[in-house]
Amino acid sequence: MNTAEDLLSEESRMIQSEKAATILYVDGVSVSFDGFRALNNLSFYVEPGELRAIIGPNGAGKTTMMDIITGKTRPDTGDVLFRSEVDLTKLDEADIANLGIGRKFQKPTVFESHTVFDNLLLACSGGRRVFSALFHRLSTAEKQRIEETLATIRLGDARETLAANLSHGQKQWLEIGMLLMQEPQLLLVDEPVAGMTDSETEQTAILLRNIAKTRSVVVVEHDMEFVRDLDCKVTVLHEGSVLAEGRLDSVQKDPRVIEVYLGR
Amino acid sequence: MTDYRQKYKMTPVLGWLLQDRGGMILLGILLAGSILIPIGNLLIPEGSAFHVPTWMLGLLGKYLCYALLALSVDLIWGFCGILSLGHGAFFALGGYAMGMYLMRQIGDRGVYGDPVLPDFMVFLNWKELPWYWYGFDHFSMAVIMAMLVPGLLAFVFGFLAFRSRVTGVYLSIITQAMTYALLLAFFRNDMGFGGNNGLTDFKDILGFDLQSDQTRCVLVVASAVMLALCYLVARGITQSRLGKVLIAIRDAESRVRFTGYRVEYYKLFVFTVSAVMAGIAGALYVPQIGIINPGEFAPAASIEVVIWVAVGGRGTLYGAVLGAFIVNYAKTFFTGVMPDFWLFFLGGLFVAVTLFLPKGVIGAVPAFGGTAGPGAQGNWRERLAAWRANQGGKA
Repeated sequence: MNTAEDLLSEESRMIQSEKAATILYVDGVSVSFDGFRALNNLSFYVEPGELRAIIGPNGAGKTTMMDIITGKTRPDTGDVLFRSEVDLTKLDEADIANLGIGRKFQKPTVFESHTVFDNLLLACSGGRRVFSALFHRLSTAEKQRIEETLATIRLGDARETLAANLSHGQKQWLEIGMLLMQEPQLLLVDEPVAGMTDSETEQTAILLRNIAKTRSVVVVEHDMEFVRDLDCKVTVLHEGSVLAEGRLDSVQKDPRVIEVYLGR
Repeated sequence: MTDYRQKYKMTPVLGWLLQDRGGMILLGILLAGSILIPIGNLLIPEGSAFHVPTWMLGLLGKYLCYALLALSVDLIWGFCGILSLGHGAFFALGGYAMGMYLMRQIGDRGVYGDPVLPDFMVFLNWKELPWYWYGFDHFSMAVIMAMLVPGLLAFVFGFLAFRSRVTGVYLSIITQAMTYALLLAFFRNDMGFGGNNGLTDFKDILGFDLQSDQTRCVLVVASAVMLALCYLVARGITQSRLGKVLIAIRDAESRVRFTGYRVEYYKLFVFTVSAVMAGIAGALYVPQIGIINPGEFAPAASIEVVIWVAVGGRGTLYGAVLGAFIVNYAKTFFTGVMPDFWLFFLGGLFVAVTLFLPKGVIGAVPAFGGTAGPGAQGNWRERLAAWRANQGGKA
């Protein structure tokens, strides 16, 4: 017979092992802005090497969730653990970025006055200190990594182009490339295909699927076709907490999801 | 643009020097001036067309110091987007440090003949030199303090402001408050810096008569050399990876943070370097002008510096130098010809430059068009419309 205590410890051991297997562990996170509950007891887990799509209507708390994971916003309650060991709620943006969490903004945000090459150089991991940056010289290894990334994001021919002169889609890719240069273990991507042409959207899905082969990727997206292309587990957010989770097909059949997206 | 493989094979310093056409021209002019001006003043007899009169030495020296101040403002504004409207404070502090040394140099030649106390202290019935005047009888102390005090103030001010993420117009406002607070403080006689009158009546520097042509020539050359050195330092900073980070901060600060850089440290570094340069400019300015008073702390004076940079072309460094010369020459000219008109002209100039030459005078020269200046494109109508749309978005 198991006593209640045994059951409890059994459960906590299970939670421990679940934590151990996660790259990102978000548990019971709530945050309010002036009385508005942006996140309400939000919990979800991302495993190493997983590609995850997060969908949800406007105001579901997708961007706030990103802000909390990347240290821009502090949660009122709840835990956010990276690799089951690092408490992200105690760190700031730069610390979290250097730990290996990259974030892509909704609006493509690249350094417009710099060339594509320099954009990638600045994102290149290492050398974040002021004085090492002052005396930094480009190494062969760094150059090679930049060239590899240029190939991955298909901007090899544009390496000397100012980022300001890139097309919208190219800027999005450049930003993804900059994230790759940071060698993140976890990549957070906020609406990567907003404003992209159909072919650019397709290529972006391929790009993200390739990236997810070597690291975890969390994609926040509205575009259902794109989420289908990603072919991964989907988490549906609604009013700051998880409404449903699973394959896109099963999630789309969920009556609560239909209600949220189509109802009222 | 040259190929990167080529570019990075060169030694970096030589590489960025050779590519910097505007900088080469500036350094060439400064070098030529350093040689020709003393020759023109000391060797060529008066009456010759090539003679450089002594009054012109004072003017050139002043312009060079202003140019260095403009350079320091461009380093933070043009490259890191920090619009300091209080840089005159660092300039004035550097000037006061040098002024204190020059006061001590007067010795017993003052009106009251006190060997230690400057005249204004005797006048205020002070019996002893305040502790913060100790050591200023040494030139080296003045030089160190002219850099250390502005640097330290900028470091502390910047640390608090940047750590709290004060940016944009809010930062500009508190820099104004900073220089205004110092203005009021230095006006007080109890501060021990000569109050309203400031420090003046200097006699000599390092034992050389400040009124002699030789000393004046040396000071002008020293100003030109310091401007050249500071230009090289600023250029070195902006060409390094650190400089690229600064431009990135100017254009997309949050992206830089999420890329893992500590934005506040980068801003703090460049702000402090810039304040030290402003302090050097002030220290060179005072012996050539012969006076330093709290007026240098006036908020309007700091705003004027920003106008010089905008007129010359921000984000180019040499543009700031050019702007300082153009505007100050115009000031000399207009205040001589029609003094009442000057402020209208200055205001009009700023509006005109903002509308018609967003990259400044330098940006209007095709050969310098493609520099690192903030990318303003289109004609002025389009820019005005874009600016309006932008303002609407912020409101």
